[in-house]
Amino acid sequence: MTKVKNLEELVKLRNKLKDKIQVRTITEGNDLVARIRVAMGTCGIASGAKETFEALISEVERLDLKVLITTTGCMGACYAEPTVEVTLPNQEPIIFGEVDSKRAVDIINEYIIKGKLIDGVVPQNYQSI
Amino acid sequence: MIHTHILVCGGTGCRASQAKEVQEELVSLIKDKFLTESVQVTTTGCFGFCEKGPIVKIIPDQTFYTQVTPEDARDIIEEHIIKGRKVERLLYEDPKTKKRISDSIHMNFYKKQLRIALRNCGIVDPENIDEYIARDGYQALGRVLSIYTPAEVTDIIKQSGLRGRGGAGFPTGMKWEITSKVEATQKYVVCNADEGDPGAFMDRSILEGDPHSVIEAMAICGYCIGANKGLIYIRAEYPLAIGRLLVAIEQARKYGLLGRGILGNDFEFDIELKYGAGAFVCGEETALIQSMEGRRGEPVIKPPFPAEKGYFDCPTNVNNVETFANICPIILKGAEWFNSIGTEKSKGTKVFALAGKINNVGLIEVPMGTTLREVIFDIGGGIKGGKKFKSVQTGGPSGGCLTESSLDMPIDYETLLDEGSMMGSGGMIVMDEDDCMVAISKFYLEFTLDESCGKCAPCRIGNKRLWEILNKMTKGEATEKDLEKLIDLSHTIKDTSLCGLGQTSPNPILSTFKNFKHEYLGHVRDKQCEAGQCKDLLHYTIDAKMCVGCTACLRNCPVGAISGEKKKPHLIHQDICIKCGICYEKCKFNAILHQS
Ligand SMILES: Cc1cc2nc3c(=O)[nH]c(=O)nc-3n(C[C@H](O)[C@H](O)[C@H](O)COP(=O)(O)O)c2cc1C
Ligand code: SF4
Ligand code: SF4
Ligand code: SF4
Ligand code: FES
Ligand code: FES
Repeated sequence: MTKVKNLEELVKLRNKLKDKIQVRTITEGNDLVARIRVAMGTCGIASGAKETFEALISEVERLDLKVLITTTGCMGACYAEPTVEVTLPNQEPIIFGEVDSKRAVDIINEYIIKGKLIDGVVPQNYQSI
Repeated sequence: MIHTHILVCGGTGCRASQAKEVQEELVSLIKDKFLTESVQVTTTGCFGFCEKGPIVKIIPDQTFYTQVTPEDARDIIEEHIIKGRKVERLLYEDPKTKKRISDSIHMNFYKKQLRIALRNCGIVDPENIDEYIARDGYQALGRVLSIYTPAEVTDIIKQSGLRGRGGAGFPTGMKWEITSKVEATQKYVVCNADEGDPGAFMDRSILEGDPHSVIEAMAICGYCIGANKGLIYIRAEYPLAIGRLLVAIEQARKYGLLGRGILGNDFEFDIELKYGAGAFVCGEETALIQSMEGRRGEPVIKPPFPAEKGYFDCPTNVNNVETFANICPIILKGAEWFNSIGTEKSKGTKVFALAGKINNVGLIEVPMGTTLREVIFDIGGGIKGGKKFKSVQTGGPSGGCLTESSLDMPIDYETLLDEGSMMGSGGMIVMDEDDCMVAISKFYLEFTLDESCGKCAPCRIGNKRLWEILNKMTKGEATEKDLEKLIDLSHTIKDTSLCGLGQTSPNPILSTFKNFKHEYLGHVRDKQCEAGQCKDLLHYTIDAKMCVGCTACLRNCPVGAISGEKKKPHLIHQDICIKCGICYEKCKFNAILHQS
């Protein structure tokens, strides 16, 4: 990391990052098959999000898939923790609720590989600015 | 390969209006038409649109069908899925334009929530500053430093109408202006992350999910008031939030977004964390400052206000976490944009932690002016287990309990006060018919008692007396004289306590007394608890008609209060029964009654 010297540089950096890190979609040109984000706030972790995170990683490694897995904060659906958001190329993100290690494996094998949804989808009922 | 998904809402609201039958019908039609390989039906949670349920959504085309009946399933499959023609009559009709809306992308109004303070929570990786920057992070600070004077920025915040989210709702721009005008060589920006209300976790979630939004806003505040130092007072019980803040501060320093000469300007700002031990009263700003200085966390008399004499007697601007989280969008999108959201005197949105007897417990953010009914029944998905709504508590231990009659009131600072509660920091606890209001008051009083710093007598001693009276009531030992004393003393404590804690501690009593007077009278006059919560007022009996004589209760009663023969109705001996409730739990035949 180097220092950002002025506003102009910050704008440039933002534009570059915007292209590179589309946080909720898959960017053109990279060959990811999915993006996964695991909600890891205190309440997520308390309901087992760490185990979910690890299960996702090990299944992705086992199958040698090109999937990007990152953590994020509270998605708001504490009643359905652990929650996991999955984005497939050119599709709207889908949020799954109550994802324990087993469901984590299901998400990869059913949704990411076969395109099948599993029960427990949490509709996103908010808009973000 | 599956190419079409049909999502059917499985929330309680929709289930109650036949969503399950709709789903079964859809599944069987898909089988009939040999579509199982390409079309899949899945259950989802509540869409927050329960009043128009059952909801069916089709992806990928995002069609949003409302009030779908089992008979409609055929059209959805035959018309929409097979022929690709949307079923017009099931599409949502915009109440204003009377037009049918074809997909959810064009129906923002079903999204009752608007996330401003939570804009990045659940979206960015909080430990990666690049993701924050990619979503316009630090642009507000950059703009402020290069384009605006401090007075101009303060003016934008004033114009926006933003008010403090920590409880009292003081206009933020005005606070910044006051602090900026005090002459001093050293000033401070303090972020109040003490968050002590039981059940509240709004601030924690913001810090855990989007720490940079607070850091950036504190720097902007520093520029406005002329401070080069920021302090975040955070309770040590929030280790994850602390960890993420430390990572974020370090990353911001590396990019030169904190420290000296920020973004090539002659402006210096840095942030340090101060840890609290988790005392509720330390959330009060003067106690908070005392605690940061290393003294006992006790409130001191205002004035002087922190804006004049705060941390080590320097002018100090204290704002809440959520207040700060609103700042950057206001700078980037303008005061008018913010001003256009909300009600006349309460602008923008408010984050609430929804808890209690509600289906969708969670963190929500709604525009000011949203009604309590929308929050509880649409976003919250209604009351758990199909029970009856009784009351909603807002404002934490300083707030009050509102009833059915307040449900259609718009949520804003003034309305909540008028209704006998307050906005507070955003805890919202929903209660159902099984909750006893006297017991609820007692719960909050217990909290206040634990948290009172003890500095002044009305709060230290008075609250203890209140608790004792409530305790007598729940045991059926209180008289009407006690009830009078309870209300009298409540007013005295409100009027004579030194700080906000004591001044508001009787609020739960006063508001429940106003709205549920008959319950207080029931406990006092008839020694009855209608909600069946106060153990001492309950009587356990066996309904001879329901009892099959399984002996489970008899075997489990710890004091041998139950007698009876196998396969014959059992009997509870009231003189021996200690009302432990074990028999009630053990009976599988609903034969044990507990009534007061
Ligand atoms: C007993 C008591 C507890 C308080 N606890 C908090 C708290 O946990 N967090 C908070 O931001 N404000 C709390 N406040 C309000 C603060 O004193 C202060 O008004 C607030 O931090 C100012 O920020 P704002 O203008 O952004 O709301 C509390 C006040 C009282 C009287
Ligand atoms: S009102 Fe209570 S908490 Fe506040 S100063 Fe007095 S004793 Fe302390
Ligand atoms: S457990 Fe219920 S059914 Fe069995 S003996 Fe007791 S009251 Fe009767
Ligand atoms: S309430 Fe407890 S003490 Fe009373 S009869 Fe039931 S098990 Fe026995
Ligand atoms: S912290 Fe996970 S949804 Fe609230
Ligand atoms: S929208 Fe279906 S239960 Fe709320």
